[in-house]
Amino acid sequence: MTLAPETTELKIELALDGDWFTVCDLSMLLPGRGVAALLPDGRQAAVFRDRSGELFAIDNRDPFTGAAVLSRGLTGTHQGRPFVASPLLKQRFDLASGQCLDDEAVQVTVYKVRTA
Amino acid sequence: MTATLGATPTIVLVGHGMVGQRFLEALAERGLTATHRVVVLCEEPRPAYDRVALTSYFSGKTPEDLSMTDMEFIKDHGIELYVGDPAVSVDREAKKVTARSGEVFEYDTLVLATGSYPFVPPVPNKDAEGCFVYRTIEDLLAIEEYAKTKATTGAVVGGGLLGLEAAGALKGLGVESHIVEFAPRLMPVQVDDGGGAALLRTIEEMGLSVHTGVGTQEIVVGEDGAVTGMKLSDGSELATDMVVFSAGVRPRDQLARDCGLDVGERGGITVDEQCRTVSDPHVFAIGECALAADGRVYGLVAPGYEQAETAAATIAADESEQLTFTGADLSTKLKLLGVDVASFGDAHGTAEDCLDVVYSDSRAGLYKKLVIGRDGTLLGGILVGDAEAYGTLKAFTGSVPPVSPESLVLPAGAGEPAQLGPTALPDDAIICSCNNVRKGTIRGAVTEHKCTTVPEVKKCTKAGTTCGSCVKVLGQLVNAELEASGVEVDKGLCGCFAQTREELYEIVLALRINSYQELLDRHGREEARGGDGCEVCKPAVGSIIASLAPTIGASGYVLDGEQAALQDTNDHFLANLQKNGSYSVVPRIPGGEIAPEKLIVIGEIARDFGLYTKITGGQRIDMFGARVEQLPLIWARLVDAGFESGHAYGKSLRTVKSCVGQTWCRYGVQDSVRMAIDLELRYRGLRSPHKLKSAVSGCQRECAEAQSKDFGVIATANGWNLYVGGNGGATPRHADLLAQDLSDAELIRLIDRFLMFYIRTADRLERTSTWLERIPGGLDHVRDVVVHDSLGICDELEKLMQAHVAHYRDEWAETINDPEKLARFVSFVNAPDTPDPVVAFVPERDQMKPDLPLLSIGMRPADVLEGSAQR
Repeated sequence: MTLAPETTELKIELALDGDWFTVCDLSMLLPGRGVAALLPDGRQAAVFRDRSGELFAIDNRDPFTGAAVLSRGLTGTHQGRPFVASPLLKQRFDLASGQCLDDEAVQVTVYKVRTA
Repeated sequence: MTATLGATPTIVLVGHGMVGQRFLEALAERGLTATHRVVVLCEEPRPAYDRVALTSYFSGKTPEDLSMTDMEFIKDHGIELYVGDPAVSVDREAKKVTARSGEVFEYDTLVLATGSYPFVPPVPNKDAEGCFVYRTIEDLLAIEEYAKTKATTGAVVGGGLLGLEAAGALKGLGVESHIVEFAPRLMPVQVDDGGGAALLRTIEEMGLSVHTGVGTQEIVVGEDGAVTGMKLSDGSELATDMVVFSAGVRPRDQLARDCGLDVGERGGITVDEQCRTVSDPHVFAIGECALAADGRVYGLVAPGYEQAETAAATIAADESEQLTFTGADLSTKLKLLGVDVASFGDAHGTAEDCLDVVYSDSRAGLYKKLVIGRDGTLLGGILVGDAEAYGTLKAFTGSVPPVSPESLVLPAGAGEPAQLGPTALPDDAIICSCNNVRKGTIRGAVTEHKCTTVPEVKKCTKAGTTCGSCVKVLGQLVNAELEASGVEVDKGLCGCFAQTREELYEIVLALRINSYQELLDRHGREEARGGDGCEVCKPAVGSIIASLAPTIGASGYVLDGEQAALQDTNDHFLANLQKNGSYSVVPRIPGGEIAPEKLIVIGEIARDFGLYTKITGGQRIDMFGARVEQLPLIWARLVDAGFESGHAYGKSLRTVKSCVGQTWCRYGVQDSVRMAIDLELRYRGLRSPHKLKSAVSGCQRECAEAQSKDFGVIATANGWNLYVGGNGGATPRHADLLAQDLSDAELIRLIDRFLMFYIRTADRLERTSTWLERIPGGLDHVRDVVVHDSLGICDELEKLMQAHVAHYRDEWAETINDPEKLARFVSFVNAPDTPDPVVAFVPERDQMKPDLPLLSIGMRPADVLEGSAQR
């Protein structure tokens, strides 16, 4: 493996069916905010970057309302774990596990994410 | 016609004033309205209203505002209320009451609550045209009419509480006012000579002329029979166009006299400790018409309420509740024409061997006197000009205070400050005298009923719910009790910050911190430092930074740099998120005024982008259903047509509503539209703890509903009245009058200060209405700070606002010219041209609405959606 030329920007990639799917340049992500990505099968992912530079991706649909808005929520840290709060009714979701912190029966899909 | 006496016993109440109404409530609480027929005969054309607040009619309260009668209550309890139909005779033998209408009611129990009538001295021409009394809403309507049409000067006979209120009201109506008081000082009952002197200076400074030590000998009338002046006992004559008699009241006991009930030598129906008349066990008398068992007639509402409860309890004859009325505390604290006046206990020092401690500063209009017994017991006192200490002092009355008396009346800064907290009070000290709540009960509310806030304690104990003068002491007690019981009250903003919003504001301002991360890492809770914060503190800090931006060297643009990550989605996209993920767009329409061309532009844009349009409550137009990628296109056209952001998405100024005002309306007295536009443009974009709404009405008819706003302005003949702390919504609150008859410049300066003080001290998401109720000292404190500059911060508040005004820029104009920011306005980062497929619409009533079934496709069952928990 050779080192990439320094002019090439790092890309964000999601793991989909064993393949890596390119979403966007890393620079498109503001620390503390998310973006939405349209996946080939029509699903949507919400991708976040926290303050330390770590990336997370979960399903973009808010399970409580059905609207595709989780990427527009505010992120934070709860007991050392990263979360996003839905901008509609404010339920929080653990970004690493997809678990809803305010209703243990609710969970959203989590995607593996990396930069390349 | 005679109403038949059925199986249910009948209670007839004669008189429906404040005390009468409280009696009905006391009956209902004890279930007596269910077991009895209850008939009420009310002389006035309207049911019970707040006579104590009568004068507030002249500061804009309507008769409806003053009403104390909930018609639902009357209906729900099956009470027969006859308004404008007084009792004219009582036949005690037959137990019948005849009303003026001729209707006759048989009773088992008769309760007289006929109140009092104004005393008019028997001088010649006392009934001439232009002579009035000051007792009912009808009296006030007549005074207002006459003052506006026929009078330029007015004289009030009587310098007591009501007399001063009446004189102030006349002045407010544009009439030059005189006060004629027979006693050598004003408010002779409540204050002594020293207090009267301090009061006199302040009253005269307001432009009222005071004549003490003189009596009225004759009312002088002109050829048409109307008042032209009055002759005084010192031989002088006072030219005046109207006279208002306010020389005290007398018990209204004629009905009782006529039916042979015993009355006192100086009037008043004689009753025993149960408020039962001494002459007839079936007849009770309560309120100002009753001569109580201690030989006094009480003219205050609190004793009247106590009598109402006593009578109701006696009628209920419940052995577990035996109330008696043996006398009442005459302590009073009032704000009269803006001056604090309070007297409590033995204010005039009538006890044997008692001593006075007096502090007096006539220059500042201050007078404080304490009456101390030989053993050091605090017996009573008088406070004029500053009644801060009233609550504490009153509670200590009857005991030996733990500090020296002089330290209690010396102003702050002079000598040792008094360390006299209410914690030093014994448990049986009465904290709330309106509702008779003792300190022990309040402590119990905290320790046993787990109340942790003043509003909870108020609800639990009723303390502080009537006149409110004890709320400050209440707050100190609650905090002390919480601390003592080891309950640690975490007042922190959230899990990340142990400080309140107010404390964070001070930190940001003092240290000029303009980065959220810096604030979190340096001032956050240990465990939160270095983390990502949370959804609670991020927007709160973002708002503080935005409010102070020019002063702390931050960008005033909320999407700049790190600030963008702090904003709620609405602020981040400068639009309002709706339930299906689409946004609504509201351009600013200052004051609700819009030219036809601009209306057409809005119509064209809505049509071209297929948006749903609706007129908002704030006099502007909301366009719904915009996809995130459409927002810049829509705004490019709006900005091009001269529109700017309406900040409908922000915790910031929304709109300033207006009526058309003087320009078009035949009733208008000022140009309300121009003022509304000025205010909206001045405060646009101002970030605050919560949204801010405002309105300007062009006359007292109040068509713009200014009294339901955070700050509302109502035009008067002399300028503007400013109201603050109003709210509509789920917990409506009428705004309080902050200041009267302001010029344009005075009005704006006061609003500048008020808003900046609110932004500085409010909690996160705390509207001005709850803020005013929460902060210690309430409205009085806010008035002291922003009107009288008691904290010396008004200069700074004004400067902060000036900086905001000078640095305002339109967020949308800035955003559409910034390609990097525009790149964020996409549904998908990897497919910028693809719209979100979940955002779709179906037709409804000539427009469209969100396609809601689409939202549930592939989602959880509907019951989960509806049951979703909101934190």
